[in-house]
Amino acid sequence: MQFVKDRLKYLFGSTKGLILVASAMIALETAIFGLLSGPMAEFGVRDFVVRVLRMDLVQAEREGRIIILYHSIAMAVVAIETYMITGLLKMREFYKAAVRVLITIGYLMAMIFGMGFAYWGHNWALHGLYIAGLTLIFFAGVLLAIALWPWNKDAYQPDKAFSRTKKGVDMERVAFFATAVTTLISAGFGAIPGSFFGNGFEAFLAENILRYPEKTTMEYSIIGHLHIMLALIAIMITLIVGHWLNFKGILHKIAMPLIILGTIVLNVGVWGVVTPLEPVAHMIIYVGATPAMLGALMLVIFGWQKLIREGVAGVEKPTFLQKLAALVRDPLKFGPLWQMVFMNFTVSGIGILMAVRLDEIFRVWPAREERIELTGHWHVLAAIIATIILMYYGDMIGLKGRVRKLYGWAIIILSDIAFASVTLFEMKRLFISEASQQPLVNTVMLLMDFGLGMLLVVLAMVMVWRLVDLFKTKGRWTEEQGQDDLSAEVR
Amino acid sequence: MKRLIFPLLALVLLLSACGTLDLNAPLPVYETGADPEAWALVPAGDFLSGQHNDPVRIDYGFKIMVTDVTVTQYAAFLNHALADGTLRINPDQVVGFYPGDEFHGVKHEIEITAADYVYVPLDDPAARFTFDGTPFTARPGYENHPMTDLSWFGAWGYCGYYGYRLPTELEWEKAARGSEDDRPFPWGYEIARNNANFYASRDPFEAMGTFGSRTSPVGFYNGRTYDGYTTLDSISPYGLYDMAGNVWQWTGDVYEGQHYRYMRGGSKDTYEMDLRIWVRNNATPTYYSPGVGFRCVRNP
Repeated sequence: MQFVKDRLKYLFGSTKGLILVASAMIALETAIFGLLSGPMAEFGVRDFVVRVLRMDLVQAEREGRIIILYHSIAMAVVAIETYMITGLLKMREFYKAAVRVLITIGYLMAMIFGMGFAYWGHNWALHGLYIAGLTLIFFAGVLLAIALWPWNKDAYQPDKAFSRTKKGVDMERVAFFATAVTTLISAGFGAIPGSFFGNGFEAFLAENILRYPEKTTMEYSIIGHLHIMLALIAIMITLIVGHWLNFKGILHKIAMPLIILGTIVLNVGVWGVVTPLEPVAHMIIYVGATPAMLGALMLVIFGWQKLIREGVAGVEKPTFLQKLAALVRDPLKFGPLWQMVFMNFTVSGIGILMAVRLDEIFRVWPAREERIELTGHWHVLAAIIATIILMYYGDMIGLKGRVRKLYGWAIIILSDIAFASVTLFEMKRLFISEASQQPLVNTVMLLMDFGLGMLLVVLAMVMVWRLVDLFKTKGRWTEEQGQDDLSAEVR
Repeated sequence: MKRLIFPLLALVLLLSACGTLDLNAPLPVYETGADPEAWALVPAGDFLSGQHNDPVRIDYGFKIMVTDVTVTQYAAFLNHALADGTLRINPDQVVGFYPGDEFHGVKHEIEITAADYVYVPLDDPAARFTFDGTPFTARPGYENHPMTDLSWFGAWGYCGYYGYRLPTELEWEKAARGSEDDRPFPWGYEIARNNANFYASRDPFEAMGTFGSRTSPVGFYNGRTYDGYTTLDSISPYGLYDMAGNVWQWTGDVYEGQHYRYMRGGSKDTYEMDLRIWVRNNATPTYYSPGVGFRCVRNP
């Protein structure tokens, strides 16, 4: 009994344990439900899984199932970010504990009961518990926002190397706070129409209604919600990575106001889609996205400069190659920043290209081609965020030496192969006809599946390793148990 | 040498993406027994429309083609309509006149003015007919396949030429679903690989390793066995074939504020989720594709 008690205390009582549980839950869900789509469906694996697990997949309910699937994975990601924030930032112990308890129970309920409702028949008790889980997560967010209140003198930033006001208000904390508060408000943009449509059981996917010239307020709200929530998760992970890398100096002082401004304006633009601001909402969104992305650029410049500086320390006149070697020496530090840069080629750049070639693409292409592009680019963004979390996790559990390099480079290379392939797949109509596309489609699909599949294998290996570790009396888990400082390394 | 293995494999893989395709690779030829000249009556009355089963009444009966329009039928139309001056040949296209749509200046709307528009391209290697100054003829083996690679104007023009019209989306949906229940597919509630021609459905016409998916003859999924490949009888409640899969079907609605034209039914190139009766696709009316065809309706 003590054996189980000790492990549960680690898994649900320590930062690293909580992150491990959430990561394992995501890995498990991805492994099971990933078998229902993509190439697995073509290979007949889906039919086998459905039969073995006795799933009940009603054709008319596919959209509803997918919505719950997205939400349950997203809630676990939000929980991981929350664990990181509560581990990294100073806050009262009560809030830290309350936030963690609420969000842990919340995401587990949302995930378990939501998926149970969606894929195994419609037991409405499960649906109620799913909604209760989402509600707990929301309340955890409210408490987190209170805990992050930046104008509390205990939370002031004494070090002038960081972005702060004259009085000492920590601008990075303001950025975390602004992101948390706007996330809560933006959640309402999904919850309200969700209740509205859910009441009539009329679920739809936003990508299927994009070409409707007239959309209702509720439909606009859904479209705005899904865009902004992913953007906010991305902004939050940027702030977390910045804190992890000890982002400071002049670039920090420029970046934090930019991120705060960008986050608020971006949100105002998205919220504007349900107001008379709708005709100019996109313009406001662009205005908000630009400073937010510039802030992220500052972080990348700072981080890469730091890696180079540390890597060539002691070398009197480092050559370009030595600097490059220093930059890529530690994939777990280089990787998250690289993924942020790579994101511009696979997500932002695609959006801009599409906008520039509007007459050739959206007004001409079949809606189904447009849907591929839309769903592709946000899946890539979501997956990029996941890879950044995985790299940070690798660092916080103290991977070292060859394992650290292999783990880091595997994540970077495999995911980028997959993301680049997805991008080619999305954009194929610009350079190949439907009749001639199959060899290209086969190749990019193979690369995509190889990249993502191997990435999942790497994740599975880490999870198995951690599972085995849990059975050891003096495993890593015993040392991680008391570490609140995420950067504390296991000896 | 070991270091070179992965780059070499990657290079081979990438080069394989650039390989040339034989778009006219030999295909199996089957007589399905379906009559492309046949029509089915869809009586007036209620049916359940859309994913959420909204009750809708169509208060008139209409007849709809039992199969998609075939390459043979369309080639005959091109020959007649060119001969009588209804259609003209531009260097690379067959074009015909369209009287235009009312333009509302809605965001993203493109104005469709009265002008000649493409019916079918003449320079598309994926075309299933031949034309070299002589009459249009179906490519051997494709005679009873659905006509593809034609624009919405090409479908609209065909139906209008014979006094028919394209079905509205609601007419199409009712014809596919019938009026008895809320089935997602024309034949019922579940889909198997041999119910319809869809992406990677392993029908005798596809080779996913090379040219990918190809159309199947109209009425192919009728419960017969062809060279060992057994199909399921997949007719709709009114006796229509191919109302799910094979080719998307142009419909006739012109919506205010949109230049897009809508398609129904999914195709050989889409996953089965797009074969559900309520799923819609759309494109600009000049769009043509090897995965898009049509059928017509007329008064009883």
